[in-house]
Amino acid sequence: MSSIVPFESDPIRPAEPRCLTISVDGERIEGLRGQSIAGILLAQGRTAWRTTVAGRERGVFCGIGVCFDCVGTVNGESDVRLCLRRARDGDTVETQDDSEEDTR
Amino acid sequence: MRTDVVIVGAGIIGAACAREAARAGLSVTVVDRGAAASATSARGEGNLLVSDKAPGPELDLALLAADHWPGLAAELADELGGAFPDIEYQRKGGVVVATTPEGAEPLRAFARRQTELGVEAADLSVPEALELEPHLDPAVAAAVHYPQDAQVQPVIATEALLASARRAGAKILPHSEVVGPVRDRNGRLGGVRTAAEAISAGAVLVAAGPWSGEVARTLGADLPVRPRRGMVLVTSRMRQRVFHKVYDADYFGATQSSDEGLQTSSVIESTPGGTVLIGSSRQQIGFDDRLRVEVLARIARKALRLFPFLETTSAIRAYGGFRPYVPDHLPVIGEDHRDPGLWYATGHEGAGIGLAGVTGALIGAQLTGAEPALDPRPFQLSRPSLAAHLSPGGPT
Amino acid sequence: MKHVLVIGAGPAGLTAAVAAADAGARVTVLDSGTGPGGQYWRHLPPERPSRREARLHHGWSEFERLRERTERDGSIDVVTEAQAWAIETTGGATVHALIGPSDAAGREALALEADSLVFATGAHDRTLPFPGWNLPGVFSAGAAQALAKGERIAVGRRAVVAGAGPFLLPVAQSLTATGSTVLGVYEAARTPALAKGWLPRPWRLLSSARKGGELAGYLAHHLRHRVPYRLGRAVVEARGDGRVEEAVIARLDADWSPIPGTELTVAADAVCVSHGFTPRLELPIAAGCEIGPDRFVTVDDDQRTSVDGVWAAGEITGIGGVDAALAEGRVAGHLAAGGDRSAIGPARRRRRASADFARRIEAAHGVRPGWTAWMREDTVVCRCEEVAYGALLGTAAATEQGSLRSVKLTTRAGLGICQARMCGRTVEELTGADPSRAADTSDRRPLAAPVRLGDLAGLSSKDDPQKGEH
Ligand SMILES: Cc1cc2nc3c(=O)[nH]c(=O)nc-3n(C[C@H](O)[C@H](O)[C@H](O)COP(=O)(O)OP(=O)(O)OC[C@H]3O[C@@H](n4cnc5c(N)ncnc54)[C@H](O)[C@@H]3O)c2cc1C
Ligand SMILES: Cc1cc2nc3c(=O)[nH]c(=O)nc-3n(C[C@H](O)[C@H](O)[C@H](O)COP(=O)(O)OP(=O)(O)OC[C@H]3O[C@@H](n4cnc5c(N)ncnc54)[C@H](O)[C@@H]3O)c2cc1C
Repeated sequence: MSSIVPFESDPIRPAEPRCLTISVDGERIEGLRGQSIAGILLAQGRTAWRTTVAGRERGVFCGIGVCFDCVGTVNGESDVRLCLRRARDGDTVETQDDSEEDTR
Repeated sequence: MRTDVVIVGAGIIGAACAREAARAGLSVTVVDRGAAASATSARGEGNLLVSDKAPGPELDLALLAADHWPGLAAELADELGGAFPDIEYQRKGGVVVATTPEGAEPLRAFARRQTELGVEAADLSVPEALELEPHLDPAVAAAVHYPQDAQVQPVIATEALLASARRAGAKILPHSEVVGPVRDRNGRLGGVRTAAEAISAGAVLVAAGPWSGEVARTLGADLPVRPRRGMVLVTSRMRQRVFHKVYDADYFGATQSSDEGLQTSSVIESTPGGTVLIGSSRQQIGFDDRLRVEVLARIARKALRLFPFLETTSAIRAYGGFRPYVPDHLPVIGEDHRDPGLWYATGHEGAGIGLAGVTGALIGAQLTGAEPALDPRPFQLSRPSLAAHLSPGGPT
Repeated sequence: MKHVLVIGAGPAGLTAAVAAADAGARVTVLDSGTGPGGQYWRHLPPERPSRREARLHHGWSEFERLRERTERDGSIDVVTEAQAWAIETTGGATVHALIGPSDAAGREALALEADSLVFATGAHDRTLPFPGWNLPGVFSAGAAQALAKGERIAVGRRAVVAGAGPFLLPVAQSLTATGSTVLGVYEAARTPALAKGWLPRPWRLLSSARKGGELAGYLAHHLRHRVPYRLGRAVVEARGDGRVEEAVIARLDADWSPIPGTELTVAADAVCVSHGFTPRLELPIAAGCEIGPDRFVTVDDDQRTSVDGVWAAGEITGIGGVDAALAEGRVAGHLAAGGDRSAIGPARRRRRASADFARRIEAAHGVRPGWTAWMREDTVVCRCEEVAYGALLGTAAATEQGSLRSVKLTTRAGLGICQARMCGRTVEELTGADPSRAADTSDRRPLAAPVRLGDLAGLSSKDDPQKGEH
C-alpha cells in the first residue's frame, strides 16, 4: 500500500504542513497544501481510481504526466493528469470510468 | 518482371483497383514508394457521403458507392475471417445543419434537388434534429437527415482490400518507387521502372493520390492532379455524444470551391474507438505539411458552433494529409486518350475512401472490356472540363 | 539584446538560462511543472518547506544556486505551469504555450518568438511491457522516484525495483528513504555486458568525478541497507487480484530471454520498473530538428541542432546523466546568446566526457531483443487502448505490415491519450518498423500536449506572436 512519510518522523525535518480538503466522488478527503491530487490519493493508500474500457483499474504509472493513466475529472473538466495537478482547497474530483458495462 | 497490370500506389484506390483486376483474372503488381496504406488513405477520415455531392457525375458515383459498400464490407469480412480486423463499416447516417438563417433555404433546396436523383434526405425540425443529436446546439436554423451517409475505418479498409487482392494473386511491393517508364521503340508505354527493376505490363495504372501528377510526369504524361491540404483534430475518448456524421452546410461551399485560401468546415463524427474526429480544413499550399495553429483554431471554432459541449474536451492529436485534387472536382478514372497503356484512378479529392470500391469496379470493367456499372465518360481525362488544364501539345 | 527562449527548467534548461544571461541575453524559460528543477531536482512544493530537503538530492546546492540566480536576475523570466503544446515554423519558429494549472480549461495562451531557441525537454522512462504491468501497484521506476522526492510518498511497503541501467540505484535509495523495504534491485544486464560497457575504461568513469562518487554512494547505500543487487534478472510477471500482490523474478540470458525454471515469486505491493529513457522529442521534431539514428536530437559540438537558431541540451540529446545535462546546458545557453566559444572550453570538454558515459550506459544496459519471450498473447502492449501482444502481432501478420502507421491504425496501439509515449518504441520494435522512415516513427506529435477545444477556439489571429513579450 502506498503511504506518505509522516512529517513528524521525516528525517528531512519538514515544517508542520497545512491542510486542505477536496472531494473525490463526493467523499471529503484531507490533503496537504502543495500535494498533487494523485499525491493525496496515494497518501490515503489508494493506488487506483480510473477504470479502463476493459474494466481494469488504473492509478499512477509514470508519475510525471506522460502516461495519462491517472487522469480524472477535476471541477467538471475531464482528463486532467492528477499526478501533475496541484490540489486546491475545495477541488471536486470525479474518477473516470470508461468500462463498457458502465452506463452512467 | 512481367505482369498484366502494374498499379502505382498502394493507397485505398490502388488497393481497390488491384482487387478488382486480380479477381477478374489479370495478373497484378502494386508498387508503392513507401509502405502500403500509409499515405493519404491513412491521413484523412472515413466518411462515405452522398449528402455533400451536388447533382452530377460525382453524385452518380457516390450513390453507386453507397449501394456497393454494404456488400463489399460483407464480402471482405467473409473472405478475410475473424483474425482480420473489422473495417468498421457503419451506415450511421448524416445530419447536415445550417447554422444561420440565410443558410437554411439553400440547404433545403440542395437536398430537394438531390432527392430527385435518388438521394434519401429528410427535412428535420429542430426538435427532430435534437432527437437524433441531443447535444447539438439547439440554435441551428435547419437540418436535413441523410440516412445513406456511412463511415469506414480507412486504413483497415485499405488493408482489407489489399489482403483480398493478395488472395486473388496480386503482388504488393512496398518501398519501390517508380522512377520512369518502360517504353518500346514506338514510344508505347509497356511498364515502369523502379529503383530496383523494370516491370513490364500491358497497363500501367497511376493511383498515386496527390502525387499522381508527379508520377504521370515521370512517365511522360501531364495530369492536372494537385494537393489540397486538410487537417483533422482528434479528441480524447468520451462517452458517445455524437451519433451521426454532423456537419454544417458551409461544407458544400468548401468542397466545391477552387479558392486557394483556407476554408474550414466541421464534419464531426465519433469513432468506435471512442474519440471524436473533427475535420477538416481545405487549403492549397502545395505539399507544405507544417502545422498551422490558426487552421486548428478555426476548425475548433466551427465545431463548437455545432456541439457546445466540446468546449472542455481535449484535442489529443492533429494530423493532416493532401487530398488529390483535380480542377473540375471530378476524379480521373480510365485510360489516357493520348497515351495508350497509361491508366488513371486518381483525383478523388475528399471522397477517395468513399469512392474507392466503385472506382475499382470501373477500372476492372474497363481493363477487361466488361460492361461498366456506370457511364465512364464523365471521368475520362478527355472530358471537356479538363481540356483547358492539359498542355496543348499533349503528352511529351 | 538577444532574446533566448529555453523550454524545460531541468538541469540542462536552468544552466542554459543562466549561461545565456551571463552572455548578455534576455531569457525566457518555460516549464510545464509547478517549479523548476526538472526530473533530477524534483522537490517538495514551497507549501511544504523542509529544513533538510538537500538530503534527498545530489548537487542540491547547485540547484539552489541556479534557482536563486534565475529568481534574482531580472533578465531571466522562468514561467512555470507553462505547457508548450505546439511549434509553428511557417514564419520564424513560434512556440505556443498555455499557462495555468495542468490540463485546466481556460489557461492563458502565449505565442512566443525569440532570436534563439534552446530545447531542454528531457526524457521519461521507458518500461517494457510484461504480464501484469498494467496492474495498479506497478510503477515506472521514475514514478517511484518522483513521488518520493516531490511528495514524500512511498509507492508501497515492500517494493521490487527492476529493469536496466544505473538509474535503478537512486530509485532504490529513495524508496528506502521513504520507508519502503526494497526487496531487491534486479538488473537485466549481466556481468559481461556491464564489463563491456563500464570496465574497459574505468578511469573515464572516474574522470566524471561526481558521477563516480554518486555511484559509489549508491553502492555503499545498498550494502548498508542490505538491498540485494542482482544482475541478469528481470520481473517477468506481476500478479495480484486487482492490484499487485507478487512479482515473479527470473534469470535472463545475455539476450534478456528468461531462463525457464529460474522463476522466483516474491510478495510485494509495489513493482518499479524502468528499462531506460525515451527523450521527449515532439517539440524539436516540430521545429524541424534532425533526429539521429540513435533517436536523439542531433547536435554538433556546440549543441547546435540542424535548424538555424535552435539548440538542444540535456537528455533529449543523449542519456548522459546530470553532468552531461549541466555541461550541455552551459554550452547551448552561452552560444544561443551569441557568446564567444572561447569562454566555454571546460564545459565543452566536460560534455565530451559525458557523451562517453552515455555510450557506456547504452552498451551495458541497452534493451536486448530476448525480452519478448516473457510476453504472453494477452499481455497488454498499449496501456491506453489495451491492445494485447497477440492481437498486435496477429494483425500485423494478417496485413503483412511492417510499417508503424498502418499497424497503429489497424490495431489502435499508440492511438490513445498518451499518443504512444508509453508504447511507441515497443510497437516499433515488435513490428520491425524502420523509424528512420516518416511513417514508422512514433516520435512525431504535432500537438505536444492535449489542448481543450475551447482554448484552441479562443486563439484568434489577433494572438499574433508577441515578439519580445514575456
Ligand atoms: C484531411 C483529409 C480528410 C479526408 N476525409 C475523407 C473522408 O471523410 N472520406 C473520403 O472518402 N475521403 C476523405 N479524404 C480523401 C481520401 O483520403 C483520399 O481521396 C484517398 O485516400 C486517396 O487515396 P489514394 O489511394 O488515391 O492516395 P494515397 O492513399 O495517397 O495513395 C497513393 C500512394 O501512391 C504512392 N506513390 C506516390 N508516388 C509514388 C511513386 N513515384 N512510386 C510509387 N508509389 C508512389 C504513395 O506512397 C501512396 O502510398 C480525406 C483526405 C484528407 C487529407
Ligand atoms: C521521473 C524521473 C526521475 C529521475 N530521477 C533521477 C535521479 O534521481 N537521478 C538521476 O541521476 N537521474 C534521474 N532521472 C534522469 C534525468 O532525466 C536526468 O538526470 C536529468 O534530470 C536530465 O536533465 P534534463 O535537464 O535534460 O531534463 P529534465 O530534468 O527531464 O527536465 C526537462 C524539463 O522540461 C519540461 N518539459 C518537457 N516538455 C515540456 C513542454 N512541452 N512544455 C514545457 N515544459 C516541458 C519538463 O517539465 C522538465 O521539467 C530521472 C528521470 C525521470 C524521468
